[in-house]
Amino acid sequence: MLKGKVHKYGDNVDTDVIIPARYLTTTDKKELASHCMADMDADFINRVVPGDIMVAGWNFGCGSSREHAPIAIKASGISCVIAKSFARIFYRNAINIGLPIMECREAAEDIECGDIVSVDMKEGIIINHTKEKEYRAVGFPDFMQKIIDADGLVGYTKKEM
Amino acid sequence: MGMTMTQKILANSAGAGAVEPGQFIMADLDLVLGNDVTTPVAIEEFKKMGKAGVFDTKKVAIVPDHFTPNKDIKAAEQCRLIREFAHEMGIENYFEIGEMGIEHALIPEKGLVVAGDVVIGADSHTCTYGALGAFATGVGSTDMAAGMATGKAWFKVPEGIKFILTGRKQKWVSGKDIILHIIGMIGVDGALYKSMEYTGEGISELSMDDRFTIANMAIEAGAKNGIFEVDEKTIAYMEEYSTKQYEIFRADEDAQYSEVYEIDLGKIRPTVAFPHLPENTRTIDEVGDITIDQVVIGSCTNGRLEDLRIAASILKGRKVKKGVRTIIFPATQKIYLDALREGLIEIFIEAGAVVSTPTCGPCLGGHMGILAKGERAISTTNRNFIGRMGHKESEVYLASPAVAAASAITGKISSPEEVL
Ligand code: SF4
Repeated sequence: MLKGKVHKYGDNVDTDVIIPARYLTTTDKKELASHCMADMDADFINRVVPGDIMVAGWNFGCGSSREHAPIAIKASGISCVIAKSFARIFYRNAINIGLPIMECREAAEDIECGDIVSVDMKEGIIINHTKEKEYRAVGFPDFMQKIIDADGLVGYTKKEM
Repeated sequence: MGMTMTQKILANSAGAGAVEPGQFIMADLDLVLGNDVTTPVAIEEFKKMGKAGVFDTKKVAIVPDHFTPNKDIKAAEQCRLIREFAHEMGIENYFEIGEMGIEHALIPEKGLVVAGDVVIGADSHTCTYGALGAFATGVGSTDMAAGMATGKAWFKVPEGIKFILTGRKQKWVSGKDIILHIIGMIGVDGALYKSMEYTGEGISELSMDDRFTIANMAIEAGAKNGIFEVDEKTIAYMEEYSTKQYEIFRADEDAQYSEVYEIDLGKIRPTVAFPHLPENTRTIDEVGDITIDQVVIGSCTNGRLEDLRIAASILKGRKVKKGVRTIIFPATQKIYLDALREGLIEIFIEAGAVVSTPTCGPCLGGHMGILAKGERAISTTNRNFIGRMGHKESEVYLASPAVAAASAITGKISSPEEVL
């Protein structure tokens, strides 16, 4: 069970604001995390504590294919991203690197900045403790669940190879 | 049930007779691509997979283009890493400075993709190759790593949106205006998880360069891929540039599409996308008075020879407005050389523009033309997100080479009609 305080953003949060291209000259996770959300919410990295949850609107992670975006979010301490929808490459990357994500329109609409939220990935349930509400997320298809269970695509590929 | 072009290619690559939208498949890959930003991460993941070599040394391509020629020591270290990896793995299609170009202009020009291929690239604009009737899509670094290790990738079979193009485009309208018009119409997530399939008699008058531009920006509508029906122009292009065997897949008569749009090319006006999303489009007649500090003509979207010819036809014998920094970057060495031989480079320099070596450079705010706080650029690139070309309080307006060149002369966003 993942539990934390919510950082909330709007629609179309793109990978350029999640991690601006000028910081892509490294693969160091901590360094990438230190610039996470730099152009949209410069103070995010000072506020975030391990376990916190990111909530956003439609088309989260649109734009480039940079895996540095989910890597930076994960390394910043965020335990799960909930959105109304995800851009497809971001969605893939998150599954592949083992960043928990959930698609849930109702939760993304309802949850506010600062709410305390917990997420049960297996059951697809999101609980808003501040508002005392429960939401049901879209489940993962079996195939993706296998990648998730293998801790991402590296684990899955090793098993299949 | 009938299949779309994309579904047919995917079924073929998965060795399945038929596939359905939503189905998960494992596809055999014809090419796996990466660049200097995404490959370093892929190499780390590849090593974790414990495979000694790549699945096929001919079917992996690595192009250092984003921060090259290396903009600083960190960029140089990343390029060294991928260069050494390419060497160690015996990867044939590693393109060093001198032979490189922006990957999505370079790969088709090198003949590495043909109709019917399945291509993944750790770069979102890999969808460009759909212009050739291939299935090509952007993925992340871990997918690239798994692709290099196994020659396979997993896909969820997408639904399709059909765009039937009709009519003839007006003067000064090009592929860029068509795709900006479409994104303005369906929105930046209008094609999320879907393929955008182009057909209709209107495509016959689109050049290959127009088609590359249109397929390139499928990702800006959230699509998995964009794909054009193969015609004589596609075949002529493949025969000129490639020795690979191609296979043509056409949609079934009864293929199911989630949406069908008919677009009369004759009704499209030069179109500009305002900050900070590609869907914020207005026609040139609606832009109003917008002064600019910088003009960028180039990128994987509009850095091909035809783009440079259009820009040169407008800049010829004219001067860019004093104080407007005009940066032109041909997308590959070949395009650069062709432009030089045709006298286009001379026209640009005489007009007061600078011509850069092929690089992604300013397109992603990397180097070679970064914007300061409050500055505004008109650019032929594909993204105008916050901070994309520099300071988070700078602005990018997306347009065609014709509009960008005209704007360079007037110092404000202008139609070519105003200048000529
Ligand atoms: S030119 Fe721009 S959009 Fe194209 S590959 Fe380079 S950075 Fe990406």
